Amino acid sequence: MTVIVSLVLSLLVSGLKDVHSENESVYNKKGILSAVSAQLGKDLNTMTNTEVQEVFSSKITQKVINMKGEELTPDQIKKLTGVSTAVEIDLGKENKKPVAERVLPVFTFKDDKNKEYNILYVRGKGLWDEIWGYIAMDSDWNSIAGQAFDHKGETPGLGAEIKDNKAWYKQFTGRKLYDSNGNFKSVSVVKGGIKVVDHQVDAISGATITGNGVDEMMKRGLMYYEPYILKNKKS
Amino acid sequence: MAEVLAPVKSEGSVFTFGKAEKRLITDPIGDNNPITVQILGVCSALAVTTLVTKALVMGIAVTLVTAFSNLFTAMLRNYIPKSIRMIVQLVIIAFLVTVVELVLKAVNYPIWKDLSVFIGLIITNCILMGRLEAFAMANKPWKSFLDGIGNGIGYSIILIIIAVVRELFGKGSLMDYKILGPTSEYALNTTEISWLSWYAPNNLLILSPAAMFIVAIIIWIQRSRNPKLVDIS
Repeated sequence: MTVIVSLVLSLLVSGLKDVHSENESVYNKKGILSAVSAQLGKDLNTMTNTEVQEVFSSKITQKVINMKGEELTPDQIKKLTGVSTAVEIDLGKENKKPVAERVLPVFTFKDDKNKEYNILYVRGKGLWDEIWGYIAMDSDWNSIAGQAFDHKGETPGLGAEIKDNKAWYKQFTGRKLYDSNGNFKSVSVVKGGIKVVDHQVDAISGATITGNGVDEMMKRGLMYYEPYILKNKKS
Repeated sequence: MAEVLAPVKSEGSVFTFGKAEKRLITDPIGDNNPITVQILGVCSALAVTTLVTKALVMGIAVTLVTAFSNLFTAMLRNYIPKSIRMIVQLVIIAFLVTVVELVLKAVNYPIWKDLSVFIGLIITNCILMGRLEAFAMANKPWKSFLDGIGNGIGYSIILIIIAVVRELFGKGSLMDYKILGPTSEYALNTTEISWLSWYAPNNLLILSPAAMFIVAIIIWIQRSRNPKLVDIS
């Protein structure tokens, strides 16, 4: 019996492997695209897998940078991470490496008017498990043009609101990373009302730890991108 | 554990569908429901009932697993040594759950992602072991199969009832179609339509305790309608 069971299972796994990896990449790409859903002009939920792949490959250019903000060549990417494109990079794995050796993906999205948005990928810890977000930066590299958060297992109705509650995550749109003196401020999640409009969003009540997680993730994740942001801001 | 059903006497061909077979399906839906009467499998009833779609997929998955694990166990029941029967049953269940998980991951990835660990946890669902031990080990394959389907459906129905209440009043939507809520995004815009304007989606219903209340209310209603059930479990 064990032989039959293991035979059937192994056949099934190898038979469905392609479908699984296809589904996974579509899910990731949808996540990235939903950060620029306002600029995309299409409803992501009604798109088929092939449409997602098409839009992704036609509108997004992928880059991988190191912690000094330098763009890496395909050979270097392969050597450092074992994968070949930015979308395959597992940031959870990168976050376990020593800081200087990490790499970061950057996705550049061009809308119909040829305006560029750069999507940055941040990842951190929520209450129960990992949370992550895609932050689309406006072309001035300061204000946020769109965002999409996701999580592995936050509480439905509380922590999971970071993904489900549009009114909450919409707050990030238009917030700024740098103050008027050019100091890095990030966007914090605060309780009891916003005091600094440009750099704060209101927390979800009942989801303190997930909120702190988002706060921490934004601060740390975006700080890693700072060398690259500064380089692009000047030019 | 629920009461052990006496082996049903078989008559004629293998695939007859008479009164006894019909009872195998209708009993677990009503008077011998796995969740409300046998009180098995409540943990997943709390976890996956925030959205109707999730509950529906979970119900289908559990129905498939109960039906086929019952079938296979009943087919092998005379060859399984008594001392290792639990292990054999677990192999069968684990095999079927893995198949379901792999197929679901291929067919609908976002739902698979949403259900995450709970598909894998079907293995530990008490309904499965309960049915295998109490029914499939003592009955013919066809009857066990029907019993599995009946229990799966009984489980799914309760799951769906809970999910409908939780999603409609907690999120104001059903199967992701927005119905009841305070802004113009919803079909019944409660700020504009006067007779519903007092209602805003209640976040408590999305949290796990709400499922407890609803299960308890269902059990209460069922037992007050049928006092025979009161002291069974």
